[in-house]
Amino acid sequence: MTEREPDMMPEAEVEAETPETQYRASFSLKTKDAAGTGADAAVPAKVTARDVCVFYGKKQALFNVNLDVAQHRVTALIGPSGCGKSTFLRCINRMNDTIDGCRVQGEVRLDGVDVNQKNIDVVQLRSRIGMVFQKPNPFPKSIYENVAYGPRIHGLAANGRELDEIVEQSLRRAGLFDEVHDRLHSPGTSLSGGQQQRLCIARAIAISPELILMDEPCSSLDPIATAKIEELIDELRSRFTIVIVTHNMQQAARVSQYTAFFHLGHLVEFGSTEYIFTNPTEERTQDYITGRFG
Amino acid sequence: MELTILIGALVVLTALAFVYGRRRALIKVGGNRRALHSMPNYHGWFVAIWCGLPAVILLVLWLLLRTTILEGFIEDALGPELANTAAAMKSAMIDDVRALTAGEQIAREPTPLLLEAAERYASLKSTADAAVLVIGLVVAGFGLGLAWRRVGPKLRARNNVEALVRVVLFLCSMVAIITTIGIVLSVLFESMRFFSYVPFWDFLFGVQWSPQMAIRTDQVGSSGAFGIIPLFVGTLYITVIALLIAMPIGLLSAIYMAEYASRRVRDVVKPILEILAGVPTVVYGFFAALTVAPALRDAGASLGLGISSESALAAGVVMGIMIIPFISSLADDAIVAVPRSLREGAYALGATKAETVVNVVIPAALSGIVASFLLAVSRAIGETMIVVMAAGLTANLTANPLDSMTTVTVQIVTLLVGDQEFDSPKTLAAFALGLVLFVATLVLNVVALHVSRKYREQYE
Repeated sequence: MTEREPDMMPEAEVEAETPETQYRASFSLKTKDAAGTGADAAVPAKVTARDVCVFYGKKQALFNVNLDVAQHRVTALIGPSGCGKSTFLRCINRMNDTIDGCRVQGEVRLDGVDVNQKNIDVVQLRSRIGMVFQKPNPFPKSIYENVAYGPRIHGLAANGRELDEIVEQSLRRAGLFDEVHDRLHSPGTSLSGGQQQRLCIARAIAISPELILMDEPCSSLDPIATAKIEELIDELRSRFTIVIVTHNMQQAARVSQYTAFFHLGHLVEFGSTEYIFTNPTEERTQDYITGRFG
Repeated sequence: MELTILIGALVVLTALAFVYGRRRALIKVGGNRRALHSMPNYHGWFVAIWCGLPAVILLVLWLLLRTTILEGFIEDALGPELANTAAAMKSAMIDDVRALTAGEQIAREPTPLLLEAAERYASLKSTADAAVLVIGLVVAGFGLGLAWRRVGPKLRARNNVEALVRVVLFLCSMVAIITTIGIVLSVLFESMRFFSYVPFWDFLFGVQWSPQMAIRTDQVGSSGAFGIIPLFVGTLYITVIALLIAMPIGLLSAIYMAEYASRRVRDVVKPILEILAGVPTVVYGFFAALTVAPALRDAGASLGLGISSESALAAGVVMGIMIIPFISSLADDAIVAVPRSLREGAYALGATKAETVVNVVIPAALSGIVASFLLAVSRAIGETMIVVMAAGLTANLTANPLDSMTTVTVQIVTLLVGDQEFDSPKTLAAFALGLVLFVATLVLNVVALHVSRKYREQYE
């Protein structure tokens, strides 16, 4: 896992010619970008998923998903409940391993390396990927210890001062430092819901991940806390690649550059956010976006 | 006989009151239920309660007071004979009278006076019971009539019935409290009597425990020393040994079952552990006395250590094994109750399973784990049979776990077993020991409650 071959974006056009009807090659669509800048075509892919199928026991939850996540961009996964968007997200850092009876087929490559390979250590893989969950889940520890936990277990700080710096920087990046700097040692659970979620984001970025996965990070927050987090996502984009699952289509439109629409375990359509929201090719996408079902 | 009739009559009357009360409510509104404030059933209950309850209260009061009242009459009847007899004799004679009335044999030849008293007792009893029967029926009828007249659309029967239900619920919850208070008071008073023989401080800080009292003045070797320290030390010592065994094993097995074991292993192991919790402690006692203690003694002998065949170590080890399931089962529940999202948060950061368990799951489950430890401590302190069988009865004040020791509970048992007078210090000492035990476990429970509440505030 130490060597990272700089596998740039795969030949999208070649992928697009594969027979799967579900597959809308990501970066070929980018040329249809309404802005028409074409600049996105140069963006390398951080994650490439090919023919990903996921089974929970005998039930298949994902069907041949092909999707590329562009580096330093926000990719939103939208779709009705149970459509498999969270399942797909959890394939990337192999969180599905923790679920009994869950089986993943196909390839998920992070920087060109298949994360499901036998010689990949899942602990090392996850140390490169941050994750934020639906409900804020701070550990039963102080605010400081919550953020310091990741750096501690991965030995990222040589001494206490460095650790302090990492914690402060992460809290600043999560936009929480000013609110909690005078009570870093009170329990993380004493914060409000929105603050807890930003604490979880700080915890995730404290391990300097390359990629951050967010699983409906705002679904349990009020509009003001949501706005703060959305603002934060936009700022984080310059340093991290972000994949966000959301139920909220306005949110997807606001924060993401790319949007993938999932339905019943299939990736229906994928393209630039502007394209998906203004001119989708698929009728199902249009129906969902205009609120005809969902 | 009369009272049986009364009970039967009340049952029938109450049932009829319910049926007709309900019907009357409906008739009053011409079958239109909506016109009633309360549903017809509540009217039925209302009438039934007014009919039955006062009469039942009267009956219960009579049953409680009957003996006292009637005995007063007999004492009057036996007056001349009782005038100059001792109190003990008095109650024996009254018992004889009662036995004669019931047609039983008595130990001595009944004197004419006794026979006459018995006759009067019998007639008094039947007259009084008949009176109660009549009064009870009158009360029931009166209550029924009162309630009957009030049934109607405006009657708030539901509120009345619900108020009564609340009173009943309150009384039920009081039963445990009142019983506890009763036990505490009785132990407290007996202990006070004990402390009138043995000074309180000698009891609490004495280092000598040998409760044999001289029954005759010329007996030797029965000093009657009541110093509780050796018992207390023995209890603590054996408890500590038990906890040293049970806490790590219990907690680690809980962690294994909750976090590592596959579902199939868990489905087998957990029920077996819970069966272990159901094994009577006497059986553990056998095991300790017949297997563990001799094994320890032999092992000690081969190492050149003199381990007595009844040792604190053997009792502590077996007691530890006994309380493993309490800890593992409760701690397992606490660990399983930790939300999945916390574990996922740790895994997503790249924490290994062990790191997740130690740094996230255990702290989050701490209140439950601490509670399981404290339950184990109370079990260990209160445990008797294992110690009786494996640790012996000698009150040694020693720090050597290979020696025999005894505990507070064991001494309570030995003090109360066998023939002795009830007001000798030896017997009363059991109550004082019980009081000490009660206070100790009470303190422990308060601490347990406090600790688990404190951590719960932080971690949930």
